Amino acid sequence: MTAVIAKALRRSFGAREVIAGVDLSIGAGEFVALLGRSGSGKSTILRALAGLDPDFEGEVLVPERRAVVFQDARLLPWQRTLTNVTIGLRRSTSLDAAQARARGVAALAEVGLAAHARAWPATLSGGEAQRVALARALVREPQLVLLDEPFGALDALTRLKMHALLEELCRVHQPAVLLVTHDVDEAIVLADRVLVLTDGQISLNATVDVPRPRHRSNSAFSTLRTTLLAELGVTETVDAIH
Amino acid sequence: MTATDILSPPASAPAGSVERVDVEPPRLVDPRPTVRGRRITRHPRLVRRTVGPLLLVALWQLLCAEDVVDKITLASPIDVLSAGRELAKTGELQANLLVSLQRVAIGLALGASIGLAFALVAGLSKLGEDLVDPTIQIVRAVPILGLVPLALIWFGVGEAPKVFLIALGSAFPVYLNTFAAIRAVDTKLVETGTTFGLGRFGTIGRVLLPGALPGFLVGLRFALVGSWLIIIIAEQINATSGLGYLINAAQTWGRTDIIILGLAIYGVLGLTVDGVIRLLERRLLVWRRGFTGT
Repeated sequence: MTAVIAKALRRSFGAREVIAGVDLSIGAGEFVALLGRSGSGKSTILRALAGLDPDFEGEVLVPERRAVVFQDARLLPWQRTLTNVTIGLRRSTSLDAAQARARGVAALAEVGLAAHARAWPATLSGGEAQRVALARALVREPQLVLLDEPFGALDALTRLKMHALLEELCRVHQPAVLLVTHDVDEAIVLADRVLVLTDGQISLNATVDVPRPRHRSNSAFSTLRTTLLAELGVTETVDAIH
Repeated sequence: MTATDILSPPASAPAGSVERVDVEPPRLVDPRPTVRGRRITRHPRLVRRTVGPLLLVALWQLLCAEDVVDKITLASPIDVLSAGRELAKTGELQANLLVSLQRVAIGLALGASIGLAFALVAGLSKLGEDLVDPTIQIVRAVPILGLVPLALIWFGVGEAPKVFLIALGSAFPVYLNTFAAIRAVDTKLVETGTTFGLGRFGTIGRVLLPGALPGFLVGLRFALVGSWLIIIIAEQINATSGLGYLINAAQTWGRTDIIILGLAIYGVLGLTVDGVIRLLERRLLVWRRGFTGT
């Protein structure tokens, strides 16, 4: 079963070809991380899959029920937390108002924010807002979740907690996931498979063979980490520093 | 380690650290700013804010009472008050006030609706902008009060020319501010609406309009200020009722007390209505201050 098929995906901005022929497939329930340096076109691929970019070339097939979490939470500041979670929900499902509400409350409870249902987004911390964005994505039971550096703006401690939360949510809901990130550790901790995007093409496709829960102390973890960093053009030896 | 251990510095420098001999120990002070003039803040803000205007009125009364200014040039505050009582007794004041209020209310409602409608047409689509915006910018450049003679020819001397001028005057600020506000709504939020299946009308209703509401309210406040200016002029030309008419009539009677009364009422009304809109802002834009509104 496949959740995403992309064939010969190309995208140019003016004369600059950012995506130069990418083939990508993600299985149902599979968690794929897409790594790349800043400006490498990771987000361009994600936006194409999200339907936010009408101008790409190539063939892309994605499930009907899909959700996006961006780096910034993008909550509507004039709607309370719960309404932000259930936004557009009734339009895409046959739920009535009470059912949609109940689903929203349940989704907020899943991310540990049931008590904040009536709060205004302006009163939430960065981590809380991002959890609301996760709840908003999950409430529509998506078959594909697209994550665009969702934890990039969070502090290190909050990020670790969010990793655990996301892992748990994926275990429960089993969506296909594409995580766009530049954080190698994050990719290894969360993903079943890691892709590296270099010069507009997938230059590396590695299955993550580290037992969960994944620890940085695991030797397979650090081997993969070194490989991925090298692919991204970073060598992390002491010699390189001196 | 107990708390006192943490708070008291080590008796000697820890091993391995550089011993600093000639460092003079700093004088330690409380970092909070030293309080000066604390006593003033004990008075309620309202009291402090009314001191200025009250002093001004007192000075004005004093100048009139001491005959520094004669009664014909400038009536004293007490004269103005008694003129108000006199006009209120005959019912003239209330009737004229009501007429003016009504004109502003109708004109403003009409003008704001028209401004809002055009702002939506221009703000929500490029085609709408190209069709509507240039025309509005041209008409806007015409000074409203220059249209008074034309309004009189078109609409005669009844209510219509006054309402027309106020509507015209208030449509522009509402249009300009709402249009700009719609265009200033964060495209990221619009994109979010699309991502989560809001659809075109959902995006307008849930994202664009709430996002443009602060701008609309700013426009409404500008429109109000403009309305009061226009009504003064409109009611002094060819009118038989209204506050402006009363002021104009008082001029022919040589009654500065009634003129000042009329002006004071305009001022108070302007302040009051602005306050009402600010209250509206506070209620409609609670999300801005992060107030949970329980």
